[in-house]
Amino acid sequence: MVDDPRAGGPGGGPGTLEPTPGGERDWLRFRDDPAPDEPVVTLDTFLDQSNASSVLIEAGDDVRRLAPVLDRVRLVEIDFPKFRDGRGFSSARVLREMGYEGEIKATGEVLVDLIYFMRRCGFDSFAPHVPLDRAEVEAVLNRYPHVYQHAADAAVPIWQLRHG
Amino acid sequence: MKILTGNDLKTGHVIWWDGQGWSLHVEDAVDAGDRADAIIAREEAECRVNGAYAIDGEKTADGVRPAHIKDRIRALGPTVRPDLTLKPADPNAGNWVI
Amino acid sequence: MYKYDQYDQAMVDARVEDFRDQTRRRLEGKMTDDQFKPLRLKNGLYLQLHAYMLRVAIPYGTLNSRQMRKLAHIARTYDRGYGHFTTRQNIQYNWIKLEDAPDILAELATVEMHAIQTSGESIRNISADQYAGAAADEIIDPRPWAEMIRQMTTFMPEFSYLPRKFKIAVIAAEADRAALRWHDCALRIVQNEAGEIGFEVFAGGGMGRTPFIAYRIREFLPTDQILSYLQAILRVWNRNARRDNIHKQRMKILVHELGEDEFRRQVEEEFQHFLALGEDFPQAEYDRIAAYFAPPPFETDLSEEIDRSDPDFALWADHQVAAHKAPGYAIVNISLKPIGQIPGDISAEQMELVADLAERYSFDELRATHAQNLVLPHVRKQDLHAIWTALHEAGLGEANLDLVTDIIACPGLDYCSLANARSIPVAQKIAERFADAERQKDLGELKIKISGCINACGHHHAGHIGILGVDRKGTENYQLLLGGSGDEETSQAKITGPGFDEAGIVDAVERAVERYREIREPGERFLDTYRRVGMDGFKEAIYG
Ligand code: HEM
Ligand code: SF4
Repeated sequence: MVDDPRAGGPGGGPGTLEPTPGGERDWLRFRDDPAPDEPVVTLDTFLDQSNASSVLIEAGDDVRRLAPVLDRVRLVEIDFPKFRDGRGFSSARVLREMGYEGEIKATGEVLVDLIYFMRRCGFDSFAPHVPLDRAEVEAVLNRYPHVYQHAADAAVPIWQLRHG
Repeated sequence: MKILTGNDLKTGHVIWWDGQGWSLHVEDAVDAGDRADAIIAREEAECRVNGAYAIDGEKTADGVRPAHIKDRIRALGPTVRPDLTLKPADPNAGNWVI
Repeated sequence: MYKYDQYDQAMVDARVEDFRDQTRRRLEGKMTDDQFKPLRLKNGLYLQLHAYMLRVAIPYGTLNSRQMRKLAHIARTYDRGYGHFTTRQNIQYNWIKLEDAPDILAELATVEMHAIQTSGESIRNISADQYAGAAADEIIDPRPWAEMIRQMTTFMPEFSYLPRKFKIAVIAAEADRAALRWHDCALRIVQNEAGEIGFEVFAGGGMGRTPFIAYRIREFLPTDQILSYLQAILRVWNRNARRDNIHKQRMKILVHELGEDEFRRQVEEEFQHFLALGEDFPQAEYDRIAAYFAPPPFETDLSEEIDRSDPDFALWADHQVAAHKAPGYAIVNISLKPIGQIPGDISAEQMELVADLAERYSFDELRATHAQNLVLPHVRKQDLHAIWTALHEAGLGEANLDLVTDIIACPGLDYCSLANARSIPVAQKIAERFADAERQKDLGELKIKISGCINACGHHHAGHIGILGVDRKGTENYQLLLGGSGDEETSQAKITGPGFDEAGIVDAVERAVERYREIREPGERFLDTYRRVGMDGFKEAIYG
């Protein structure tokens, strides 16, 4: 691990730093499974409709309300109305802590420089309002050789590297 | 008059619109009239200025005087460090600010 | 002192390259300032009145001579030969060029320094007692925990965009020298009846336009759970804080709106959750870090004598020297408040001199204080005279610690684009008015704190006498406040009444001070007298 500082970088595990090869349209999707194509519904609607499988989390929604129905969720879209609104970072990480393994997609105002941190919080696809530059995304995702703390990814924090 | 000011993108220096480009000296500022927004948009897009804005100023015997004290301090430099202002040799330069 | 290992160094180096890339994109016009601003603000770079301003962190206020010399080098090479120490153990440069900023960060990285998260909506530099590791009254050195917190909170993914800034302070003594309860989150190391140490935790303090003194939310938290507890606080805030009004997003507003008890309940709930996730660094990591903060090899059998035959030196020693825990040693405070100068400013040459003194006399250590002064934490009493002589020759020999001329002042309208009024000239005029050493000594401890606008960077809410610059129809005006404090008996200052112009505020301060002299009881400081008689006891003297 110590020899390969990239091991377990943000991406849910070693080797997944690069987005999954796919069409030009979905190069920002970091998953192998087919993308769910059902329309997303709001959290309240989702909780009411027992057949929905894709849910939209708006800033201010408490994702913990999904706990009882987690097994039917296939896609969570977390919206960033403004990049300054960082509630979605907690929402994604909380979902992963609850054991959710499906897709978490960031929509809205997504700053390229924050994508790295979003990946670490458990986001694995991105559909921002304004298209992102591919080279910049790749540069940003590969910028930091280590992490200082646990998050929702498999990255091994520095303190753990230090003490084996 | 409406004068335009901002900071040089690279160096951060306070600069004033002189009709053709940007000057370090408020004395060179010209009336931008109703073209203020257009000039700002163009100059920002060309990366020649950062954080540009239009302010009121007036022409006086000593040159152009911004209406607000904040912009007069920007024009001169910190009143508590005359040596770092644009007029280091003039001990009374600070009076112009107030 | 902490030393970076390969990992710490790699992270700081990576940040330099990250910022270099961001700066390049801005200079090439690939980003507007609106897009660049949140990025530069995560790295301490502001656009100020005259130029860009760079704020460099001095983690928990500790630095060595090499770092101080680098700060001097940066001042000389990239700025205009000086720097400004702030109220949060940072140093600011006022004349930075954007195109130089990445190189400056690269230079800082060579001496294990950075500007990471020194501004913007982030977890800021962790501040600490400037006497940590030296104070006679401390339980244990709090800096190992401060360093652990620094590491955990560096590039913390979940808190990439907090509602606002978040400021943490850590101390380990009864006496509060860090304005603890004015922080968003404050930690004080205490000892319980069983002799174990833990943290007393305060949350929800802050100054600005809506000042709050932090509530105590935990009496005793085991030290090895602090990182879980902090994350719990941050998550509760990040989840619940308003996002619709930038002035209501600080954590203090949330704690106030939820109420202390509900806030505590939510934090405790989230805390249990984080404990289960295993977020805390292990004992081995604490031990690794703590080893760097082991006491220096103090000599034994040193003389306790101080030769006081030189009266100027004796006066300085009386005011600037504090008790050290090791026999024969003392803590030296270096005043950055020479009468008539700019509070907190220091020239590159002075920085170098101070670095030399630290290297020669203080086990290579220096500290920055929240009162904008510096400290040599570990000096032999027998060296005090030599140190004083060197400081005195460099214009740093002022003897005014905690006296009326030891004024905290923010940069104000001379440098700051948010200001309403200038702060520095007011500080200079007050200092000149009270310059007489006998008069200062007679007045005793008296803390004046000046801010140029409601943001309160100059701590006016915490001043025994506070001054707040306001804009009165386009001219500078100053409000007077009395009764604030940032020590262990924290209190918030109150406005006396209508404001004054620049000359008027200096006179008003003098009238308040003279009133105190008239009515003080033996042994009373200004603040004690104010607390006894209240505003009514001063108002008439101030307004006539
Ligand atoms: C010149 C550039 C500066 C700018 C633009 C600036 C901006 C601000 C703003 C906007 C706040 C209010 C934060 C809030 O209420 O949420 C603030 C608070 C503060 N600033 Fe500054 N500041 C500057 C310089 C300084 C300096 C030089 C110091 C130290 C002398 C300082 C120390 C502080 C402190 C201690 C607070 C109070 C934090 C609190 O509310 O708890 N700042 N600053
Ligand atoms: S208190 Fe106001 S004037 Fe002073 S530094 Fe802070 S923002 Fe600027």
